[in-house]
Amino acid sequence: MSTLPLETAAHREKLRRVVIEPLSRVEGHGKVTLLLDEQGHVEQARLHIVEFRAFEKFIQGRPYWEVPVMVQRLCGICPVSHHLAACKALDQVLGATVTPTAGKIRRLMHYGQILQSHALHFFHLSSPDLLFGFDSDVARRNIVGVAAAFPEIARQGVLLRKYGQEVIRHTAGKRIHGTGSVPGGVNKNLSLAERDELLADIAQTIAWSRDSVQIVRRLFEQNPGLYRTFASFPASTLSLVRADGALDLYHGGLRARDADGNPVFDHAPYDRYWERIAEDVKAWSYMKFPYFKALGAEQGWYRVGPLTRVTQCDFIPTPLAELERREFMAFDDGRAARSTLGFHWARMIEMLHAAESIRDLLHDPDLQGTDLMASGERQARGVGVIEAPRGTLIHHYRVDEQDQVVRANLIVSTTHNNQAMNVAIREVARRYLDGRQLTEGLLNHIEVAVRAFDPCLSCATHAVGKMPLSVQLLDPYGTVIDARMRG
Amino acid sequence: MTVAPTLVFATGNPSRGDDAVGPLLAERLMAADLPGVEVLVDFQLQVEHALDLQGRSRVIFVDACVDAEAPFVEREVLADAGFAHTSHALAPAQVLETYRRVTGANPPAALLFGVRAHSFELGAGLSGDTGYACRLAWPRLLQLCGADRSQVPDNTSTRTCRFCEA
Repeated sequence: MSTLPLETAAHREKLRRVVIEPLSRVEGHGKVTLLLDEQGHVEQARLHIVEFRAFEKFIQGRPYWEVPVMVQRLCGICPVSHHLAACKALDQVLGATVTPTAGKIRRLMHYGQILQSHALHFFHLSSPDLLFGFDSDVARRNIVGVAAAFPEIARQGVLLRKYGQEVIRHTAGKRIHGTGSVPGGVNKNLSLAERDELLADIAQTIAWSRDSVQIVRRLFEQNPGLYRTFASFPASTLSLVRADGALDLYHGGLRARDADGNPVFDHAPYDRYWERIAEDVKAWSYMKFPYFKALGAEQGWYRVGPLTRVTQCDFIPTPLAELERREFMAFDDGRAARSTLGFHWARMIEMLHAAESIRDLLHDPDLQGTDLMASGERQARGVGVIEAPRGTLIHHYRVDEQDQVVRANLIVSTTHNNQAMNVAIREVARRYLDGRQLTEGLLNHIEVAVRAFDPCLSCATHAVGKMPLSVQLLDPYGTVIDARMRG
Repeated sequence: MTVAPTLVFATGNPSRGDDAVGPLLAERLMAADLPGVEVLVDFQLQVEHALDLQGRSRVIFVDACVDAEAPFVEREVLADAGFAHTSHALAPAQVLETYRRVTGANPPAALLFGVRAHSFELGAGLSGDTGYACRLAWPRLLQLCGADRSQVPDNTSTRTCRFCEA
């Protein structure tokens, strides 16, 4: 078990404890605790995941063909990613190499998911902070506040997300809980009528996506000092890349680099990921801490997601997004591409890439093909990896002779980013909170850092009245000395 | 394109205990196939759902409700920016406000129909209390949709909600 700076404080009994629970605008239930000494200096900062969800137990014992639909219920924000990662893993169990039509339908579904998820994240989760400022009036620092102050931006965000949802509906067969992708292929193609409906709006979607990249660029230009330094730190990185080094969000080999940019491994086949990646545990968190075996648990933690993908691919295979990638990489002598808030810029470049890819796929006649399913020699194990909106997603199953899943291992992007998010909040705590009177605006700086990673702590339980935000100050003995509640 | 004047929008995750109550009632309502009523279901309310309100005269949001003082509650919903700590999921009032901001028009009349809920564990079924509340809520939901139980065939009960079968 490793320990890093600010992870565990000495003399904890003498420190004051601050809890941010749950994190606002982060899916699921997360908690940040800060231990402060009597002078207000930060001695310890941790991001906790306070619910143990037992996803794997949820899946074990079920027939394998149910899994691609079941796993969509793990997460209300990116169900399609789980759907496709499960199908890719179960393709291996069936020994199937999917047909061109099936592969392209799945890609189209995936790009629809990337588009709608990135639009949601930027326009509705992050833009309130970025457009108004991290410590602006809390009452308007939300999507409705954005809609009031920047109505056109808010409108575009709604319509971009809606377009992505329509792509998913046409490829998955349903608006939610789609069954379009199945182990071995897909169960429907894209009709000409569906294609034409999506083509009608794709030019506008690309134009708005391009504008979105420019919005983030302008924010960086307006305040380069903030974007250069906020929550930034060197990190190792992991993502899929295509065989020629291109950005590929659906399939490829694993590329890993250390914090100095040196290769750790490249084009590694993902179906034996465990030979290169292991998972550490810490007594204070339910969530595991993955690391590169070659670098060890202490040094081998890494970062996944849009910032990693855009900066460590060799190029993006769609022209407008590639142009924007080059601008991003060159901006401020490369500092934007190394900053945590660079996630937002990279996310919009990926959204543009997704829109361009949807256009290209819609013109491909393979989408109307009728060869939908493939099969092969049955295997006992399958691994599926996909680049979900938030980062690398691994699904790993063992299936017995009765077709039941007997073992499942899921490593979601939030788990990959666990240590990186902890390092980010420690950077913010050290820079902005140390020795200062705590305010809502200052505490929001912590949340801004976490939201840049867009953790999806899962999953979709949003009953009316549930999930208030509470902030508590506790003394060393756990007594609440101050508290705020909202929501 | 014309749309049904009444939209019933149910939210919840069918695999998370009492959060399933909205989708279960929606499933039964869809089977009833009531005239002038469209039923939509999603995990949670989101900004694009504002667009589903276009052309409606009324919307009924059906959801699990942890602070219901009775087995089920009905609350009028008015458009309100309000303050929410999350926008991964919007409150019904915020969907109405988003509609107003995006379309420039007043949203349709809206009602929150909340069924009392208790537990939300992944993989769990509906709790007994919420199942009972669901059973009490069903006739009233039908009434709100302009129907009564005598007009609805018996075969509309859901596979998974044994409490609704009475």
